[in-house]
Amino acid sequence: MSETAAMPPIAPEQTHQVGEFKHDCPLLSCRFDPSGQYVFASAYDFSIQRWDLAGGKKTPLAAHGSWVWSLAFHPTAGTLYSGGYDGKLIFWEAAAEAPVPLRTIDAHDGWVRAVAVSPDGALLATVGNDNLVKLWNAADGTHVDTLAGHAHHVYNVVFHPTLPVVVSGDLKGVIRAWDVASGEELRQFDGAALWKYDQGFGADIGGVRSMAISADGKHLACGGITEVSNAFAGIGTPLVVVFDFESGEKVQSLATTKKFRGLASDVFFHGEGFIAGSTTGHDGGHVLFWKLDKPEEFFALKLPDSARAMHLHPDGVRVGTAEPGGNVRVWQMTAKAT
Amino acid sequence: MKCHYACQSDEHMLARRKFLGTMAGAAGGAMIGMPRVVQAALPELAGKQKHILVFYLAGGLSQLESWDPKPGTDTGGPFRAIGTSVPGTHICELLPHTAKQMHHLSIVRSVNTKENDHGKGKICMTTGRRQEPVAEYPHLGAVGAKMLAPEQLPLPGHIHISSRGGGGPGSDAAFLGPKYASITLGNGEPPQNTARPEGLSEASDARRNAFRAAANAHFARRRRTADSDAFISSFDQAQQLMERRDVFDVTKEPAADLERYGDHEFGRHCLLARRLLENGVSCVQVNHSNYDTHYENFDFHIEQLGEFDRPFATLVADLVDRGMWNDTLLIVMAEFGRTPKINKNFGRDHWGTAWSVLLGGCGIQPGAVIGKTNANGTEVVDREVDHGHLFHTYLRAVGVDPSLKIDAGGRSIPVADPAASAITELLA
Repeated sequence: MSETAAMPPIAPEQTHQVGEFKHDCPLLSCRFDPSGQYVFASAYDFSIQRWDLAGGKKTPLAAHGSWVWSLAFHPTAGTLYSGGYDGKLIFWEAAAEAPVPLRTIDAHDGWVRAVAVSPDGALLATVGNDNLVKLWNAADGTHVDTLAGHAHHVYNVVFHPTLPVVVSGDLKGVIRAWDVASGEELRQFDGAALWKYDQGFGADIGGVRSMAISADGKHLACGGITEVSNAFAGIGTPLVVVFDFESGEKVQSLATTKKFRGLASDVFFHGEGFIAGSTTGHDGGHVLFWKLDKPEEFFALKLPDSARAMHLHPDGVRVGTAEPGGNVRVWQMTAKAT
Repeated sequence: MKCHYACQSDEHMLARRKFLGTMAGAAGGAMIGMPRVVQAALPELAGKQKHILVFYLAGGLSQLESWDPKPGTDTGGPFRAIGTSVPGTHICELLPHTAKQMHHLSIVRSVNTKENDHGKGKICMTTGRRQEPVAEYPHLGAVGAKMLAPEQLPLPGHIHISSRGGGGPGSDAAFLGPKYASITLGNGEPPQNTARPEGLSEASDARRNAFRAAANAHFARRRRTADSDAFISSFDQAQQLMERRDVFDVTKEPAADLERYGDHEFGRHCLLARRLLENGVSCVQVNHSNYDTHYENFDFHIEQLGEFDRPFATLVADLVDRGMWNDTLLIVMAEFGRTPKINKNFGRDHWGTAWSVLLGGCGIQPGAVIGKTNANGTEVVDREVDHGHLFHTYLRAVGVDPSLKIDAGGRSIPVADPAASAITELLA
């Protein structure tokens, strides 16, 4: 692993692999902890795996009864929150020698699809297949509020970085901003481009698969799949729709110049002024880099495998990707050290 | 093979099609298109009428997300198994309502058709035979319509209910002839051309029919033949079908039942199936689409089985409660199952090697599980069966001898593949 102390400048076009961690079954998601010491990834075997970035030591966290799609961390308390397809929300001590569940909550009827932690660490938000957004006390797990209004599975949730607002997005691209204190809906964003009902297939395809808000709180990015021509095979293209948070208006649709079939699995805003989105699908994985003023990427990093998830390391330099082949790869967005 | 028509006249057939439209194959052609074989009810079918109800889950339902879950294995996916009303039998958690009806149903978990092609798989499962280059065999519904339907039933004997399409007759009766081919109720709508044209008043229609009857009677006084009787009969049956058009109107069912089945298309289709069976239709197939989940198999099975589960279970319970269960063979089938291996797009692909079919009702032992797959579902390890065994079992269950031969243009053809046999331990 590269040292980050004397890091060269951020240069997405120079992104290169600096680490690789292997599990023996396909992975689903990955997240770095706030200390930057570990990367966590969830897997088909219902486990969460923790790797020490420095030494590569691998530690399993096993308690869920199904796949775990969502991992989130308390900003300061060292707690990992995992949301599973078993409907459970589990609290863990992220850095424990052998982590065990500190608290297990029956959070949703059906899958928990996403977990988020408020910037001050006071609240957790979870969303799931019961069409609900739920708020929890992040310290003791007590239920705080339930926000009802979505008519379909809720795929994602994020807290606003500066306002007491939580944002959720569902299967049909309906994106709602909620006042955390009152539970009232403040506004909606139109993410319908991320959903389609396929008449031939007789089913819905899409959803807000990825979501992020810029650090200044001005922009909301929602990613997924669009222009689906064949739901049977998932033939569509990745798309990230960026909204002005205050007005709710769409300001950009970030696509790709590649003839590429897949969806935008994760997205983040970077402090250097670009947006990155990972992709997964028939044509493998990419990390696409965009500037907000242009709809096409300025750089596409081809990955060795699909990126089911992507996360920015707290150092702002490294990026992790989780792959169906069982690998977590760590990438560095700088030129290679000479 | 072609149906052997008594009249031997293409012109006759063309005129008939022109006159009766899509309705003809179902009801109007009662006599005209009748092959020269088995016209009387078989002795073993004497008594209460038997029915066949097929749920065809098009595209290929995943056995792992339904009747043969493998949770916690490398192929199991994210879903859990749940207990059912049969102690020791577990099915996927996506079917909680069906789980409560499993004491009426049985699972065959050891189906190996060795066929991964949609079209060929469908032929296997609906005819009990593999596709042959020069021969076509009748589908189960057509066989059932021929063997089970009362001769004077004014309704089609073989009806499919689908989201789209509509019309008929289909081409699934092969040498049995179009009388037994399926009529498809697209989106649950009544058969086409069964409503009196808007420009024709009821009184005018009655006068027209009276004139036809008088002309027929006059003709018959001197020149009556079997053909002329068949011609008259076809009109009479078509007229009866038009008069009973409300049989296809599911809104005639009580509002409480519409609520129980669910306010969505598949719920209405299941309730319509009940209505058709209660009105004497012999073979009903409800199509539910689509399960061809090469992509995001798990999300799609939540959506599709979330729609399927409650109305299906409600229909099973209703057939039991209404005393129809012991006379109705229920089958849940597809063209194949889906691969145990989960592909990189969370999909499962075509898989005819080790999958499941659900049966229940008439002639079927309730609560049974036949056959077994290995721990992660990649192969059959006990009591392997294929489409031929299943087809024999269906026929035996409704009292039809699978060795029965049907004359088709001078050829004597077994109704079921003679190389196969029934799953006798599944029969009641």
